[in-house]
Amino acid sequence: MRYMVWLLVVALIILHQDLWYWDDRTLVWGFMPITLLWQGGISVGAAAVWFLATIFAWPTDLIEETQQEVEGGE
Amino acid sequence: MVPLIVICVYLLLLLGLGIFASTLFRGSSKDYMLASHSIGPFLLLMSLFGTTMTAFALVGSTGEAYAEGVGVYGLLASSSGIIHSLCFFVLGIKLWSLGKKYGYTTQIQFFRDRLQSDKIGILLFPILVGLVIPYLLIGVMASGTVISAVSEGAFSSMFAEYDYGVPNWLGSLVISIVVLIYVFFGGMRGTAWANAFQTIVFMILGIITFWVISSNLGGVEAASQAVEKRNPSKLMRSVAESDELRYEKAFATWQSLAEYNYANEKADGNLLTAEQKEKAIAEYKGPPIGNWKARAEANLAVANNLIDLTVAEKNDAFIEQDDRVMPEEKPEWWDKKVMTGHELNHYHRNEAAVLAAYTDPIYSKNLGHPNELINPDKPELGTKWTRKRTAGVYRATKWSPEEPRGMSMLVFITYMFIPLSVGMFPHLFQHWLTAKSAQSFKLPVVAHPLFIAIVWIPCVLVGVWATSAVVPGTERALIPPHFNPNAVLPFMVANMSGPFLSGLLTAGVLAAIMSSLDSQFLCIGTMFTEDIVVHYGGKKRFSDKQVLIIARCFIIGIVAITYFLSLYEPRRVFTLGVWTFSGFSSLFPLVFAALYWKRLTKAGAYACVITAISLWCLFFYMSDMALNPHFTVFGMMPVATMVPAAAIVMVIVSLMTQPPSDEHLERFFPKKGL
Repeated sequence: MRYMVWLLVVALIILHQDLWYWDDRTLVWGFMPITLLWQGGISVGAAAVWFLATIFAWPTDLIEETQQEVEGGE
Repeated sequence: MVPLIVICVYLLLLLGLGIFASTLFRGSSKDYMLASHSIGPFLLLMSLFGTTMTAFALVGSTGEAYAEGVGVYGLLASSSGIIHSLCFFVLGIKLWSLGKKYGYTTQIQFFRDRLQSDKIGILLFPILVGLVIPYLLIGVMASGTVISAVSEGAFSSMFAEYDYGVPNWLGSLVISIVVLIYVFFGGMRGTAWANAFQTIVFMILGIITFWVISSNLGGVEAASQAVEKRNPSKLMRSVAESDELRYEKAFATWQSLAEYNYANEKADGNLLTAEQKEKAIAEYKGPPIGNWKARAEANLAVANNLIDLTVAEKNDAFIEQDDRVMPEEKPEWWDKKVMTGHELNHYHRNEAAVLAAYTDPIYSKNLGHPNELINPDKPELGTKWTRKRTAGVYRATKWSPEEPRGMSMLVFITYMFIPLSVGMFPHLFQHWLTAKSAQSFKLPVVAHPLFIAIVWIPCVLVGVWATSAVVPGTERALIPPHFNPNAVLPFMVANMSGPFLSGLLTAGVLAAIMSSLDSQFLCIGTMFTEDIVVHYGGKKRFSDKQVLIIARCFIIGIVAITYFLSLYEPRRVFTLGVWTFSGFSSLFPLVFAALYWKRLTKAGAYACVITAISLWCLFFYMSDMALNPHFTVFGMMPVATMVPAAAIVMVIVSLMTQPPSDEHLERFFPKKGL
């Protein structure tokens, strides 16, 4: 799952380069420029991916090791 | 006057909050600087978000969207949502671990230890502080612009040269002093509380601003449809054919005006006879504004084929009309082909030429107090013009039309390097090193991209809508051509809401600006005391109280420098912000290698820093000190050259020099399971 999260991050970076909307000025819902909507979606997607990262890719080992070391030294 | 009163009340409230926070102050300089590591996830999120976005996000993004279109969001906002949080994962947690183990409070302490080099601090300190200054400058400059814009006409006779409102310099000064006071009273804890309070204020007021402006423009659909009709290029990243055609037509008309003025001057003002001039004015159908008489005469002169200029004279005419600096050595083609609008834009414009508008009767005849009528007998003529409006009419009617610009794909892609700046931003680094618990990073990591979207999307839409808003009941653009992008948001706020709401919404913008300044002020104070004063003076040499006084004096010194810089020629907020971020990004290879590459050596680190900052200085100079917002290197953002160059030099020099000892590396790269 950890690798999946990092793959999703790479996917976000690729999807962010929305060159396919370069000269598209469609207004979604009558007011939202399509490229702005797409990029807004990237922001929401980033929040979702980082949420997954805090669950599946959080470096618990490093954090616990640090706390133990600090407590041991005190 | 009402908006000013609302702003003053808000500033007093803020000072009260700072003083209240000071009652929680535990007394030590450590608590003052770092709040004894006790800031939780919520305050951390607010502090990080409030400091990294702010003036840049509100004033900068609106102005940039006005100038460049909706693509601005993709340039920095969505990429920051990905990269900022990535840096938290890749750098933040590792730095937290090292800070916890070895007690670092500033990034220089970490680098000194990691690189076993005392002098790296001497090299890095001025660079880091020097890069923070343009970021502070954005806030100080923008606060003056915002207060000045909403206070026009507030005084009856004072500050006539500032449109009877608060001068920019005074607005900037007041905001700097208010932030200094609450930072001095409250320290890190007070700053964190003020930051949280102000971030909430600016987010809520930002949403209200968006709603008020969109309602005034006839709703979100009507506002976007108007852009589709008048400036379709702003809804995408390339230039719409209709915009291109409109520009070519407008440029051709402007060329006639320039040629006529040049030919008329050559003929000592007698190119047309008195009768012809009268006829020209009688036949003119355009708006009687600015230099309209010259436009009318130019029409007649062109229609009757009265202008006879050589190609070189035509090119001279364009340069003169557009207030650009005549090249000392003219290019080879000067007398062979008439320059295009695109070529004309390559010549530097003398912005100070606009001052002529205040004395030239063509433009200054309506200049006066904005609350007085031009002609009391004819109220339909409206109120007198401010200096800003007079200058605006000068630019709009004298200068060449603005060329529609598409975004370069290479520039868009290479903007991705800019959010790497968070890796070296001093205040973020301090938070990483000193956070109470790594768990407190979880909320900022997840919420940061969403907060960016909540603030940036409305700002970008407002900026784009501003391009096509018209004066009610007319087809005349509300904002004239060549308008200062920094003033777009305050202009829209002042024009689209009542005085009370205008004051409140401006307080929201100021909240955003101040929440950026406060953390930065405190951060540079901490750096100075920890990395220079205590480091070289010794811990026992200064008392706690003395350390605090020294920190405060240094902060005042930096604020004073920033303030004086803000009085000079203004730059685009967005452009200045991007330069600051680029500088920090160029140092990203250093922090990344320090955490993940055992082979990094002291010499490699020095080479990295020197390369990064040398390239930054060179490119900054080449961009006319940020005056050219479209400056690129090899067609890319300058940062896309700076980061790889710094990384390559660092790797080569590190591999050529003696690696650190295994014993030393063991402290930073412990073997797993031991």
